[in-house]
Amino acid sequence: MLLPFFQWCQDTAVGVTIRESVWIFPIVEAIHFLALALIGGAVLIVDLRMAGLALTHQPASLLERDARPWLVGSLVAMIVTGVLLFLSEAIKCYYSPPFWLKMLFLAMAILFTFTLRRRIAHNRSSRPWQMRAAAIISVLLWSGVGLMGRGIGFY
Amino acid sequence: MFYLYELAQHVQEMPYSLALRESLWVYPIVETAHVLGLCLFVGTAWLWDLRLLGLTLRRVPVSQLSAQILPWTVVGFCVMALSGIGLVFSEPLRFYSNIFFRIKLALLACAGLNAFVFHRTIGQRRDEWDLDLVTPLRAKIAGALSLGIWAAVIVTGRLIAYNWFGVVRP
Repeated sequence: MLLPFFQWCQDTAVGVTIRESVWIFPIVEAIHFLALALIGGAVLIVDLRMAGLALTHQPASLLERDARPWLVGSLVAMIVTGVLLFLSEAIKCYYSPPFWLKMLFLAMAILFTFTLRRRIAHNRSSRPWQMRAAAIISVLLWSGVGLMGRGIGFY
Repeated sequence: MFYLYELAQHVQEMPYSLALRESLWVYPIVETAHVLGLCLFVGTAWLWDLRLLGLTLRRVPVSQLSAQILPWTVVGFCVMALSGIGLVFSEPLRFYSNIFFRIKLALLACAGLNAFVFHRTIGQRRDEWDLDLVTPLRAKIAGALSLGIWAAVIVTGRLIAYNWFGVVRP
């Protein structure tokens, strides 16, 4: 059903240009990885605090607020470079199970981070177990995105 | 250089190297650990750099960050170092002849030197600026250098996968 759309993506001028260039794909991929490291830091600092593993003298709400612009910024860089990489090999992605799983994990991770986790981090009456659970779910969801992203290279 | 090449050749022929190179599961797992470890290592290292630059976590004392985040950075570094050694061990000849790998090694040395100089100079007088919203210039320089060098390490690391310049002669 979505195959024609993926075919269209693959045939876009951007997709064709990236595919025909030797160096654009690697450069975009490298930027994708830079954003990955930044996302890692911005997500982990809040999760480590919520799990009670680091910076326990600081309120989770403060860390969440400080990390948010970096999270949003790196997420935007990640999505822009990700779309470019996708356009260059849309058909390969269509037939790649890890790609679909990655999109699923990504949607869940974004939704969870900006709704539930944020609310738990800012709610003064959040219990420690709620904080801990939010941290574990967050790490699992974001790891899923990364793992499946790596998987696209293999399958 | 001659001996390094011999060493790479020797390791390449070791049974364990061959086993890792051709394993269906272990190699992808080591490679994935190297990619995900990046989040823990460079992610937390960059937070520290951004704090030194006064760009985030300004209300968190530098001493707290150093006591509670640095251990995680060290764990991340161990993951990266071990998995990285595993990757090189599996294909030493390919890495030996890859120009990006050589640049990456030089950059790693620069990053280490920068951290060493920081901890020996302005980092040692941390008590004087622990709570400052605006950090001293030398701390900012160290943070900016670290940020840039690690970014370059990531880029060259990713580019090792591409051997654009053919084989560098031994």
